[in-house]
Amino acid sequence: MTLIDWTRRSLLVAGAAVALTLNMTAPVVAQTPPGVLIVGQIAEPKALDPAAVTAVNDFRILMNVYDGLVRYKDGTLETEPALATGWDISEDGTVYTFQLRDGVKFHDGTAFNADAVKFNFDRMLKEDHPYHNTGPFPLSFFFSAVQNVEVIDPLTVKFTLNAPYAPFLSNLAYPTGLIVSPAAVEKFGAEFGRNPSGTGPFKFAEWRSNEAVVVEANPDYWDGATELQAVVFRPITDANTRTAEMLAGGIDMMVEVPPVALSKFEGDAFHLVEQAGPHVWFLILNAKEGPFADKRVRQAANYAINKEALVNDVLEGTAAVAAGPTPPAFAWAYNKTLQPYAYDPEKAKALLAEAGAEGAELTFYVTEGGSGMLDPIAMGTAIQADLQAVGLKVKIETYEWNTFLGQVNPGLEGKADMAEMAWMTNDPDTLPYLALRTEAWPDKGGFNSGYYSNPKVDELLESARAATDQGERAKLYQEMQTIVQDDAPWVFVANWKQNAVTSDKVENFALQPSFFLLLKDVVKN
Amino acid sequence: MLGYILKRLVSAVPVLLGITVIVFLIMAMIPGDPATAILGSYATPENVEKLNRDLGLDKPLVAQYFIWLGNMLQGDFGQSFALNRPVLDEVLDRFSATLVLAGTAFVLCSLLGILAGVVSAARQYGFADKAITFVVLLGISIPSFFLGMMMILLFAVQLRWLPVSGMYAIYGGGDLPDLLNHLAMPACALAVVATGVIARLSRSAMLEVLRQDFIRTARAKGVGERGVIWRHALRAAMVSIIPVLGIQAGFVLSGAVYIEMVFQWPGVGRMLVDAILKRDILLVQGGVVFVAACYVMFNIIVDVAQSLLDPRIKT
Repeated sequence: MTLIDWTRRSLLVAGAAVALTLNMTAPVVAQTPPGVLIVGQIAEPKALDPAAVTAVNDFRILMNVYDGLVRYKDGTLETEPALATGWDISEDGTVYTFQLRDGVKFHDGTAFNADAVKFNFDRMLKEDHPYHNTGPFPLSFFFSAVQNVEVIDPLTVKFTLNAPYAPFLSNLAYPTGLIVSPAAVEKFGAEFGRNPSGTGPFKFAEWRSNEAVVVEANPDYWDGATELQAVVFRPITDANTRTAEMLAGGIDMMVEVPPVALSKFEGDAFHLVEQAGPHVWFLILNAKEGPFADKRVRQAANYAINKEALVNDVLEGTAAVAAGPTPPAFAWAYNKTLQPYAYDPEKAKALLAEAGAEGAELTFYVTEGGSGMLDPIAMGTAIQADLQAVGLKVKIETYEWNTFLGQVNPGLEGKADMAEMAWMTNDPDTLPYLALRTEAWPDKGGFNSGYYSNPKVDELLESARAATDQGERAKLYQEMQTIVQDDAPWVFVANWKQNAVTSDKVENFALQPSFFLLLKDVVKN
Repeated sequence: MLGYILKRLVSAVPVLLGITVIVFLIMAMIPGDPATAILGSYATPENVEKLNRDLGLDKPLVAQYFIWLGNMLQGDFGQSFALNRPVLDEVLDRFSATLVLAGTAFVLCSLLGILAGVVSAARQYGFADKAITFVVLLGISIPSFFLGMMMILLFAVQLRWLPVSGMYAIYGGGDLPDLLNHLAMPACALAVVATGVIARLSRSAMLEVLRQDFIRTARAKGVGERGVIWRHALRAAMVSIIPVLGIQAGFVLSGAVYIEMVFQWPGVGRMLVDAILKRDILLVQGGVVFVAACYVMFNIIVDVAQSLLDPRIKT
């Protein structure tokens, strides 16, 4: 008795099926062609319209398709000319006049000129602009100081600000300031984000939803054409799968390598690239009520937490210990004399005793993930253990990222004593101005969720914003950092080093402190 | 029969309406809103309010629901905030990818499951039965996403036989062999648990049938064992196997969510997870309603098939 009768015909069919399967599996690991760089991204981009997007993931594509009036010098966060060849700033710091580069064309063939610049900023800022409806433009407040943009002649454009605003140039170098082709916006309207046209080293070729965004070399690039033929950005949301793709040779470059996967990429077949950026990971302390209203308790928390262990053991060396509110990547504004709070549980205990806060109970908001948050649950747990060790009773409450922001941004009052937070910015002004001033308390529309207030810091930040001389600004920021470190409104924890892995076929690649991914000079063999 | 189908279709309407209400309320109740998700760290109350106004989320909830329902009845599912693309385009694109994956997995688990169940039943307590039961138990016990990751490590990273992820090769693909290559691992990983369940239930259904009088009669009048098992017993057992297949089809569809995450399959499950994290309200609502409608339709088809097979079921 047999259940399946193996006749000659059924054997033949089965054999053919097996042969077909084997045949299919043979050519699978086709290597990616030379000259075409395949980048593993962390998500599908929202749109390729620089004015409409907010995510670093989208910026990585945009920075290769568009140029701004200015850009960051290679390896720094200082601005240099790009589409503008030079500029004059008025005495009072409110009028910026840019001279524009001659002969530059958008990918759609139309000319880049002063009218195009005016179109870009009016589209974003003026509600009555005919193409304002191609938004929303969530980061347009980067340019809220711009009162009006005036075309002087085809190659000169004048920006008038409503008050002196030192970060203006730096904001122009940010993706929100990238210049899009007005003709393409007029042609595609709300669909522009899927049909982008800029002046950058790569021009948009194809967007296959959920599979890839393909950009091709722009042979006429004003700053020298790239040697690459094309770049393919593949969204691979799962970090484990991204790592497996990199190991299997399906992608040539991956960004945001999870710390636990780093050891897989030691060896000659891969290059690991690291770059510290303008990122700071900190704990907001509720200075308005509860134990942290006392400066000594806030300092005690800074002493009690073993930051070395966090960056080396939890983050596997993908971050450095932070000393103050400003990341060292802002080299010109960073106070190099600042030393991080030492890991000193005894001193922490003494300070707690002095403040009478021994055994205090604390509520600690922890997020599950989120932009720039690194490994928030593991870090939160380690921090909880460190604080318990000096006698503080810490209760963790965990929230998914968007819920977390909804809890933290309106302020911690009545809810929590401390919360995790991380920021990536493009100017030393941004974070302290939005999150440390008295005028930035949540009820006034800012992000000072821990209600820190020091009139001296307020004054320094206001003057730094109004000063146009970089040396003078630097002095003001450095003094601010000293005061803030001592006041300890936050626990300063880590500055993230962004990482990327490339295969050994990729050459000439470096990460930028801006965290942008610039691929023009990359070579793939 | 036509009347039965019509009756089932009409009874599906309140189910679908209920689903629209539930999914709308869930999305309205979960903390966090699209503006906060879009603005990230820059979500000041002022910016959030402005963006919500731009997105049309400042209207009262009831008004939002009826605007959404009204638009949807006219075929307009709205625009996704996070992908800047019509919801219906995205859902249809993604759903066809899911259908390919879930459909293949469903065919795999039905064929293998029934085959394994029949063999087990025919050889009750024999070696084949014990071996199959062991493998089936193993299959049911391994979480499919874990199995998927292990398969990637073995077949894609170590042996390099199959691609790690995606639906088509980025270069030089796009044809059927390319699709099958990409489909092999996710479809198998997705089919494993359902295969096990179907095998176990087919086995017990077959055992029950094999004990019945008409089987003894068939044997007595000299029908060969193969004929008894495949023609007489399996046909009778199918009546109780088919509803199981219907339920398993639902499980395969929902299991696709994990598998699509692991294998980066551009399907509707991965789309929904991304959309929920980004609070892409219209995409979540549209996607859920669409998937639910398909599931309801599938159930109707299963019921109709069952009533065709077994005339005792009242139509």
